[in-house]
Amino acid sequence: MAAGIPFYAQLINLFAAVLLLISFAMLAQRRVLSLIDLFAAQGLALALSTAVVGWGTGQSHLYWSAGVTLTLKVFLLPFLLYRLIRRLDVKWDVEPLINIPTTMLVGIVLVVFAFNLAAPISNLSSTVTRSTLGIAIASVMLSFLMMITRRKAIPQVIGFLAMENGLFFAATSATYGMPMVVELGIALDVLVGMLILGVFFFQIREQFDSLDLKHLEQLREDE
Amino acid sequence: MIEILLVLGIPLAGGIVLALIGERGHAPTVNVATSLLTFLASLALTARVIRDGPLLVLDQQFFVDPFNVFLVALTAFVGFTTSIFSRPYMRIEHEHGKLTPARLRLYHSMYQLFNFTMLVALLTNNMGILWVAMEAATLTTVLLVSLYRTPASLEAAWKYFILCGVGIAQALFGTILLYFAAEKLLGAEGGALLWTELNAVKGGLEPTVLSLAFVFLLVGYGTKVGLVPLHNWLPDAHAEGPTPVSAVLSGLLLNVALYAVVRCKVLVEGAVHNGMAKMLMMGFGLLSVVVAAFLLSRQKDIKRLFAYSSIEHMGIITFAFGMGGPIASYAGLLHMTVHSLTKSAIFFAVGHAAQKTGTQLIDSIRGLVTISPSIGWGLAIGTLAILGMPPFGVFASEFLILTTAMREQPWATPFLLLALGIAFAAVFSKVQPMVFGETTARRLPHRPAMFPVFVHLALVLMLGLWTPPFLADWYRQAARLIG
Repeated sequence: MAAGIPFYAQLINLFAAVLLLISFAMLAQRRVLSLIDLFAAQGLALALSTAVVGWGTGQSHLYWSAGVTLTLKVFLLPFLLYRLIRRLDVKWDVEPLINIPTTMLVGIVLVVFAFNLAAPISNLSSTVTRSTLGIAIASVMLSFLMMITRRKAIPQVIGFLAMENGLFFAATSATYGMPMVVELGIALDVLVGMLILGVFFFQIREQFDSLDLKHLEQLREDE
Repeated sequence: MIEILLVLGIPLAGGIVLALIGERGHAPTVNVATSLLTFLASLALTARVIRDGPLLVLDQQFFVDPFNVFLVALTAFVGFTTSIFSRPYMRIEHEHGKLTPARLRLYHSMYQLFNFTMLVALLTNNMGILWVAMEAATLTTVLLVSLYRTPASLEAAWKYFILCGVGIAQALFGTILLYFAAEKLLGAEGGALLWTELNAVKGGLEPTVLSLAFVFLLVGYGTKVGLVPLHNWLPDAHAEGPTPVSAVLSGLLLNVALYAVVRCKVLVEGAVHNGMAKMLMMGFGLLSVVVAAFLLSRQKDIKRLFAYSSIEHMGIITFAFGMGGPIASYAGLLHMTVHSLTKSAIFFAVGHAAQKTGTQLIDSIRGLVTISPSIGWGLAIGTLAILGMPPFGVFASEFLILTTAMREQPWATPFLLLALGIAFAAVFSKVQPMVFGETTARRLPHRPAMFPVFVHLALVLMLGLWTPPFLADWYRQAARLIG
């Protein structure tokens, strides 16, 4: 069945599968250090797939996009996160709220839903990578699930960043990437956001002596 | 073109300068001066648009049309008056020991950068840059919301960051889908995200993709508008941040986010002809109005009270734009203007009141007219204005929206009337004793900076009685554009 598909498209499908796999791995990962490694690996898969799309379709601006992703998501952000947890001294285990098998099952349902959602759009797309749009949406949803199930600040943020990865993957797989100025703007926002969060974590820790979000549940409507 | 560069360049430069000079005695003055210059530049831009009509400049990346020109002027104006208000306000906060010099430096710098991001969002022609600017607006205000570093303010800022971040990620996906649909017609070059280009070809955009895109865009930007059920961050962020930040969040940021929604709606309406965008906006709008009205009566914190009132008014405006048509859209634009002016004026008055009494609890603030007549009357008049009493501008716009709703969407009218009635009862019964109740507190020794409050309220009064011809003309043209 793979006979009709060019080699680079198969590579892209492979990276897409890796991306999705990593999203599931992140859902199940308890340790914050491993979570950062997984995030970096996901960034690498994203950068490679972007580069392969650029190679296969001759869209040279995608190389730049891949370069930005590589620098930001494989090196810079994981480096910042590592430094952050070292300075905050929080190499604890991540505790999942609901048990992992249940989360996984919910994740599978989300993937099926994502493929259904993507089906009408994939049919309209003329890009070679259209089949991966479903995977992109699925990984966005899995990251969202991860944000919901985590109660510590850093894993939640990693979920947030992973969601950004999924969105970038959607952009490359559906449209061969957004215009460069927009991608740079988004990258800048992500970076600034990360720096602000870094400051913010110290504020939270200073105030509560922990990064557990259960301290941040005091504001609610009075009965 | 030079005007646009000035409007964007002054706040950006101001933000950098304020970050560099640090907290000296004259930093607040520099802040006010920057905002004043921005306002003057926006006036020059306005004058230019009155003379020459819409602009499309800098490789089509920036544009000014009747829909955004008044919002730019309004943003620069409220940004300016808020900086005047913030000067004495933040000094007193500093004297009370609530803020350190480093935090004041952060505050001033971020305040200007926040203005910059909002102006970029309003002026850009690129839907991608619009998204980037909206996200940047969140980022610049997160640290402002947590400025006091109290547990409650940290929680509010965290909620604000995560909820708006997740929300705005949905909007990014919507933007990607929009680009995906447009790229087929306009090619992969930068043109496929330019709003003017998209608007020219909107009839040919793929309806299935655009419907899906609009859902994501509405949920994404709607989170920042504070539409129910995506509103959870809003009361917290408004109540826990410093009052000048509450004033600009409520008066400006919500407007800018709604502006983004309406820009998207114009494109989607042109591509999808089944009224889906209209129904969604009316539904979200109405839900926000009703839910916010019922929550108003349960508030104990004065800033939360007016935050919920903002949700209610954003709901009214969203509903008006969803209804569409020349009159409803005109009224929606007018309501955006008067709500922004009135709500920021109220926050100024509330800020002084809370600072004087040392609490934001409604039950602990009493007899403001005795403490300071100008604060008391400012709050009383502002409250009456926001509740839609004639002859203020809010009455004019709400009246237009209600009468159009009776004619075109009769099913919605009872909900609107009920909600407005409940909101009136709730807010009035809470504010009345605050202003006229018995108090043992002494008169305020110094005169509060109430100048911005009365300027805003005078403008709202003017807009209720008479709309300047050029403004009415813009509203009409923009209303035709919005449909």
